[in-house]
Amino acid sequence: MSVAARAAALIAAFLIVVGLGVFVAFYYIGSATTQLTTVHYTASGGQTNVVLQEDPSNDTATKPNWVTYYTQDPATKQWVHTTLFSVTAGTKVNMTIYGFDGCTPLRNNFWSQVQGTIGNTVTVQQYSKTNTTLGAPQTVSLINSWADCNVAHTFAIPAMGLYVPVASPNAQNSKNNLCSSFPCTPTSGGAYAAETFSFIAPSHTGDYRWQCLIPCGGGYLDGNGGPMQTLGWMTGFMYVVPS
Amino acid sequence: MSTTETQPTPAAAEPRHGLRLFVIWLILSLAAVLLIWFVWYPHLPPGRMSSSAKHQQFDIAILAAVAAPVIIFVVLYFVYAIVVWRAKPGDDSDGAPIYGHTAVQATWIIGTSAIVLFLAVFGTVELIGPAGAGAGEGPSPIWTLAGTRSATWTPGSDHILEVQVIGQQWTWSYRYPQFGGMESVSLYLPIDTPVEFHVTSLDVIHSFWAYQLGVKADANPGVDNVAYTTPEQMGSVTVRCNELCGIWHGAMYNYGQVVSQSSFESWASGVQAKEQADGLLAALPPYSLTYDPTVVPQLGKNLVNVIGVTGAAGYYYPSNYPVQP
Repeated sequence: MSVAARAAALIAAFLIVVGLGVFVAFYYIGSATTQLTTVHYTASGGQTNVVLQEDPSNDTATKPNWVTYYTQDPATKQWVHTTLFSVTAGTKVNMTIYGFDGCTPLRNNFWSQVQGTIGNTVTVQQYSKTNTTLGAPQTVSLINSWADCNVAHTFAIPAMGLYVPVASPNAQNSKNNLCSSFPCTPTSGGAYAAETFSFIAPSHTGDYRWQCLIPCGGGYLDGNGGPMQTLGWMTGFMYVVPS
Repeated sequence: MSTTETQPTPAAAEPRHGLRLFVIWLILSLAAVLLIWFVWYPHLPPGRMSSSAKHQQFDIAILAAVAAPVIIFVVLYFVYAIVVWRAKPGDDSDGAPIYGHTAVQATWIIGTSAIVLFLAVFGTVELIGPAGAGAGEGPSPIWTLAGTRSATWTPGSDHILEVQVIGQQWTWSYRYPQFGGMESVSLYLPIDTPVEFHVTSLDVIHSFWAYQLGVKADANPGVDNVAYTTPEQMGSVTVRCNELCGIWHGAMYNYGQVVSQSSFESWASGVQAKEQADGLLAALPPYSLTYDPTVVPQLGKNLVNVIGVTGAAGYYYPSNYPVQP
């Protein structure tokens, strides 16, 4: 074989290997997001209403025991298993999060403090230890996860300085009285918490990553894996789009 | 029979290559060092925002100025040899044999030894001078601190400001023990104040990198890693994680500010008062150099045995959970 032919074969082999590597990388990176649905929320009167819930388990066949968020489709009111949603830039976002998962003490109780919402408060309804229905709404700036084990997860957008503890049923209800049909609904039985808060969406369009700050990857080392770091489960993106 | 002897043609005088090389090297080196010192140095990272950053910038400039003549010598000799001593077409003869040259050997040994010894002394002085050069080290430094330790901090005092840096996937927070142990997601620092960072983590290994301050220290769970600096210019600071800590490592950053001492005191006191009023200071664990995330004061250590606790604050999962690869 001539030198030119050998050089050509070598270059071709190199390009094939590099091409395969690039394809595999893009295939897996792409599959992490392209298989997820994005729920689009449109603004009305300068306000956007977003509804999420977090459940202890889910209705998937592959990872049924992973804790997860769901996002509600504003048109059909159906729960979509995704953590990608879009809001309109510069609008007031009114967010409702239903907490169907049981309580978990925060690793750093600093995140019990509400930060970045309008007024730095949330309005929360919870089951008490004795009640079997939601209590009256209370507006608070702190949900102390260490005092009565009443925080399940957090909703945090670090780039916006938004850190919100998401309330949960108390410890006794978490043990005995959680929803068992997923995605849960307030009428499906079981204890839950409902939390509302508002914030102003950034005026600049962009992709804002959000996450739960509790290491909630059950079965993974120290909880730092699985659903905690996977799009579609306990982390996602809020896409800020132009009006 | 008479013969005619031809006189050999006198060879052309060989130029003094050594002198020629030395002159060219001297001119190029002088130009390079002047460019490095007066043009490049002021723009070198990480800038001059703190004592650590300033020393790092100086160190890089010195190293560049020392390295430039060496690099120039190597490249110059290489190029000179190719141009001047290239074999003529058809000349297959060997070069003159060399059996040793005392002057060259002595110059090489003395020169390289001097450079290495200088760098060793220079590096040691520059490590001790700015109290650790902005890197993490133990809690008992061998160098003299730039201030005095105190339980309080006030503007105008020589007290060291203590700031605890807490890393967790994937964000930073900062505790100020001299302000009631208040905690913030913003790193605020007063100018012209020696700062003692206590860097730790609540989960995996992170690395606290305050770029403009020239401070970089590993954040290890259960470890108090200490780093010192003194901010000398006001402005914005970018804090990044510099240790691959999971899939969202690239998103682990936030910002800080170096402000006047009075502005800092106003900010810190305000945050402390708000967190006091909100009940957060009472909810936080007592200030500690490290934290055991498996211990919640109100719930004890064995969280997995607490009724209803389902989650993962520390080693919260019982042994029957599946082991992941």
